[in-house]
Amino acid sequence: MTSTQVSESGTPAGRPEAIKAVPVRHPGRWVAAAIVAIVAVALIRSVATNPRFEWDIVRQYFTSSQVMHGLLVTIELTAISMVIGIVLGVILAVMRLSPNPLVAGASWLYIWLFRGTPLLVQLLFWNFISALYPKIALGIPFGPSFFDVSANSLITPFVAAILGLGLNEGAYMAEIVRAGIISVDEGQTEAAHALGMTRLKTMRRIVLPQAMRVIIPPTGNEAISMLKNTSLVSVIAYTELLYSVQLIYAANYKQIPLLIVASIWYLIVTTILSIGQYFIERRFSRGSGRGRPVPLAERMRRNLFFARYANRGAGGAP
Amino acid sequence: MSEAMLRAEAVHKSFGRLEVLKGISLEVKPREVMCLLGPSGSGKSTFLRCINHLEKIDAGRLYVDGELVGYRQQGDKLYELKDKEVAMKRTEIGMVFQRFNLFPHMTALENVVEAPMHVKGTPRQAAVQRAVEMLDRVGLADKLQSYPSQLSGGQQQRVAIARALAMDPKLMLFDEPTSALDPELVGDVLDVMRGLARDGMTMVVVTHEIGFAREAGDTVVFMDDGLVVETGAPRAVFENPKHERTRSFLSKVL
Ligand SMILES: Nc1ncnc2c1ncn2[C@@H]1O[C@H](COP(=O)(O)OP(=O)(O)O)[C@@H](O)[C@H]1O
Ligand SMILES: [Mg+2]
Repeated sequence: MTSTQVSESGTPAGRPEAIKAVPVRHPGRWVAAAIVAIVAVALIRSVATNPRFEWDIVRQYFTSSQVMHGLLVTIELTAISMVIGIVLGVILAVMRLSPNPLVAGASWLYIWLFRGTPLLVQLLFWNFISALYPKIALGIPFGPSFFDVSANSLITPFVAAILGLGLNEGAYMAEIVRAGIISVDEGQTEAAHALGMTRLKTMRRIVLPQAMRVIIPPTGNEAISMLKNTSLVSVIAYTELLYSVQLIYAANYKQIPLLIVASIWYLIVTTILSIGQYFIERRFSRGSGRGRPVPLAERMRRNLFFARYANRGAGGAP
Repeated sequence: MSEAMLRAEAVHKSFGRLEVLKGISLEVKPREVMCLLGPSGSGKSTFLRCINHLEKIDAGRLYVDGELVGYRQQGDKLYELKDKEVAMKRTEIGMVFQRFNLFPHMTALENVVEAPMHVKGTPRQAAVQRAVEMLDRVGLADKLQSYPSQLSGGQQQRVAIARALAMDPKLMLFDEPTSALDPELVGDVLDVMRGLARDGMTMVVVTHEIGFAREAGDTVVFMDDGLVVETGAPRAVFENPKHERTRSFLSKVL
């Protein structure tokens, strides 16, 4: 029976039978998938059977207290630096969009300086800051100072690390936040002002929540970059994850398995961050049907199997 | 000094070298509905935006309910109002836009309670109760939890009207509220506006809906090229326009 044949009974409203067509096949995708699978199996086999990976050493150190400590420090550095970066980024972005040219200029200069020099150099600078400013004082310029300490006791390696990472991140986040803010329709600001919201309240309650949809995906990227950039802190001898495993292999010469330990941990945390990003994105896509993140399983099914899934998820909002 | 709700005295406004308002003077009394007509680019939107100080005027004076817009006068000196003070004044003036400008990340109900709660500081319960009332008034009691993207243009515009009303404005400004709507949705929005006019709301409405202006309008003002060309009762202006420019404009929109 073909699908064009009108059924005898007919539906009440004379509605034609729903379309039942054979979906389009994608043989090319199946070939590509097969090639990928073969390569993957070969890789896994070589990794699993090559004795020089020393998987037993990997297992031995994977949850050792030194590695765990390094991992915690890495997570802590990532979290604190990202928070500093985001707060600073929002402030700098709002400054950059200020009608006051001095304020906007200051923001521009900051971004120019911190984006224009290598992070590694900035970390070293903060570490050696005491050579530049032996004493750090808080007070009125050229006037009395209320408080002063030696830079060496204030700028510990930890402080140098979060200053280096956080201040650098602020410059990148500023551009991301600015892109988000200018993506919001000007009519929104206008409507908020007309309702009696001040500029600050408009930014906080109307513009930023909408800008979030544009801000979050690149911020997720930044968090993942940050996680890995914390490994640069090893140059100032602060024992985060990478420096912890370096200390271990300096003693036992098992470089490869220990670097694998670190890599697996980086991958695990990256994965957790990506999952977190998915949920945050979903939270901020309120009110829009489009641009909602598509679950991974659904995405794979759509791309690999049939075209009939293609239009799902484009319709309803929550 | 005046019982007018809105009073414009020789209002001038330029954008760079382009003079958009060249001396607008008019008066709207409490409970009056004034319809503003004129060709595109004649400065109607700019004038509305000046009334709640979204744009600063260059010369002249604007008064809302007897108070100077955007400035404080002491002696013969004008002091600019602070962001906060300007914002406070705007709570007394409702504005409805051509493109609705609802907050897309909030439901209809949240759109309406936003300003009462976060600008006026109305407690949540009271704000919600009032918002439900307002949404009911515009015929959308069943759409409280819908997001703007789930509403038709006409429904969105009615939510926008409810949002403005929830602040208890003394004066409502409408900037071509039905121009972005499909023809079959225009009626619902105009009905809501007629209801408001009947209830005694003071309104300034920029519109090309001659039918609405005729029925609900107390005064019609025809603007062209930054100037008021003709003012009068709807009947007089529509049936017996005095100026050639009014006549040729009306022949195009009627
Ligand atoms: N922010 C602005 N900057 C520069 N020119 C503007 C701005 N807003 C409006 N104009 C110009 O002012 C003139 C009047 O615009 P408008 O008030 O929107 O007219 P109408 O609402 O009557 O169509 C137009 O020529 C427009 O291009
Ligand atoms: Mg206009």
